[in-house]
Amino acid sequence: MALLQVRDLTVSFRTSDGLVQAVRGVSFDVQKGRTLGIVGESGSGKTVCTQTLLGLTRGAEVGGTAEFDGQDLLTMTSAQLRRVRGARIAAIFQDPLSSLHPLYRVGWQIVEMIRAHERVSKPAARARAIELLDLVGIPQAASRVDDYPHEFSGGMRQRAMIAMALALNPELIIADEPTTALDATVQAQVIDLLQRLRDEFDSALIIITHDLGVIADMADQVLVMYAGKAVEIADRRTLFYLPHHPYTQGLLESIPGSAGVNEKLRPIPGQPPSLINLPSGCAFHPRCRFVMDRCLTEIPELRTVERGHLSACHLPLDLTGLGSADDSARQQAADAGREKIG
Amino acid sequence: MIRFVIRRILTGAIVVWLISLVVFAIFFIAPPNVAFLLLGRFAASDQQLVATVTAQLGLDQPIVVQYWHFLTRLVHGDLGYSYYSHQPVTTLIGQALPVTASLAIGAAIIWVVSGVLIGVLSATRPRSFLDRLSTLFALIGLSFPTFVLGLLLLYLLFYKLHLAGVDFFPGGGYVPLTQDPWQWFVHLILPWITLAVASMAVYVRLTRGQMLEVLGEDYIRTARSKGLSERRVIFRHGLRAALVPIVTQFGIDVATLLGGAIVTEQVFGLNGLGKMSVTAVTNQDEPVIIAVVLLASVFVVVANIVVDVLYAVLDPRVRLS
Repeated sequence: MALLQVRDLTVSFRTSDGLVQAVRGVSFDVQKGRTLGIVGESGSGKTVCTQTLLGLTRGAEVGGTAEFDGQDLLTMTSAQLRRVRGARIAAIFQDPLSSLHPLYRVGWQIVEMIRAHERVSKPAARARAIELLDLVGIPQAASRVDDYPHEFSGGMRQRAMIAMALALNPELIIADEPTTALDATVQAQVIDLLQRLRDEFDSALIIITHDLGVIADMADQVLVMYAGKAVEIADRRTLFYLPHHPYTQGLLESIPGSAGVNEKLRPIPGQPPSLINLPSGCAFHPRCRFVMDRCLTEIPELRTVERGHLSACHLPLDLTGLGSADDSARQQAADAGREKIG
Repeated sequence: MIRFVIRRILTGAIVVWLISLVVFAIFFIAPPNVAFLLLGRFAASDQQLVATVTAQLGLDQPIVVQYWHFLTRLVHGDLGYSYYSHQPVTTLIGQALPVTASLAIGAAIIWVVSGVLIGVLSATRPRSFLDRLSTLFALIGLSFPTFVLGLLLLYLLFYKLHLAGVDFFPGGGYVPLTQDPWQWFVHLILPWITLAVASMAVYVRLTRGQMLEVLGEDYIRTARSKGLSERRVIFRHGLRAALVPIVTQFGIDVATLLGGAIVTEQVFGLNGLGKMSVTAVTNQDEPVIIAVVLLASVFVVVANIVVDVLYAVLDPRVRLS
């Protein structure tokens, strides 16, 4: 039994421009103590997806189920959900400066979180906050506990956020682009820290990122999202070496140094689609090299490529991999599927 | 911090001094012949009398000498004598200030508490019925002239109730707090409401706008994700951050009001600073006018210093240096 079981999650927002379909039927599992990576471009619905689990998407229309330890997070009362938030599922956000309250001391904010869930005295909670700050590598934690967030550097702020997330030893931590706002050198440190603490605390982790390097470092399972849908799910190794979906392939080929020394970077042409006016059929078809006739009309379902490897693409299931031979095989299959489009 | 405050007090003193200079200069450039005004019909027939009165008031001396006398007296806390009542100006202010202070502080408490609360409520439920109602109310409150509201309240709650045999609300006047606290309170209810309504509308709008902005911030999302109660998220995290500009506005507003609430004082027959300055202006009672203007500017200058210090207390990111 998975710790978190999300089934057919849909999230949409009514706006004056029309219905924004941010998440369109996503299913995934997170196992106890394991790490799920969610990758995708901005606007692919990865953040909305996880924030909905914590009830943080206000004013959204939500469908599907999300069972956490047997209880559906999406139908919980706000009081029930409040007991889960922070204590059993903790969150780390992208920008550590704006995520900490600028007017309260860092330690106070950690203490507040502890005392919202546990009956402990202020001095005891404070001692724990110092311990946590020390654990995440804040130097002189005992004095810096009384600093304000603006007195911390970017990396330290994110460490403080991590300390806060760990405060109640949650079963699941959701880290939403935890390194995007940080300098490259600090990024590596924060990832190291997350990795170390995940193992130490034995928490499950959902890490959202558009950095495939982070995925390669940390994830056990990977979910690739495009325009609000899961387009490919695989374990890390399969995803990096034998991807099926052309979008995943495109993501991998756009990493510098990924496709071999002599190959050029190949960016994915075009822009992510508008979530109000989605393309017909497969949402990726306007940007896909291997687009076929049926891609314009039929929405591809997630199909099993292999055990634990799912892909939502009309291409034959045996066409995986990143080499040039794999590419020409895909091209042949695509050509065979084209009559109307040239 | 202390150096900052000292520097601000010194610059504040310079501002007040400049204001005194300007006010004094206005009367020098367009001097009213006070002796003529005081003597009325006697002035035309008796030149000798005019000269005597002018000399008595020191108005025959050069303006620099007059200003020097004014300034040395001012430093000693002597604001001179009213040309009309011949009472010391300090005595007059001593009588009027408690009235205005009672009025201003009471009204300020009403408007800031209710304005901020309504603003928070409507920000947490944008576009709801309550939000629209408060917007409508704010619009009416803002566009309603104070004297109309004051008279309306008097008509309904004093006159109509009086006709119906209920004499709860007095028709005006002031009872000192030290003399009878309950009567002080009852006499001030209607003036407080009158004065509070317009400002309350401003604070509803201000709070609502600030709160809407703050509630969209990332740290509010963090607060929710920590599992805090919604009330704690809104007040402890949201309002706390929204409060800084509200406090700033509040300090200045109260200070301005302490200089006199002319219309409200007039409508309810309260002999406060507002009424005193109107009378002084119509009588061209120069010492009183200068005193009131100086007092009002001192209030504003002090409020600015207090607000700046408060700003640093409320927001640790502001460093005073």
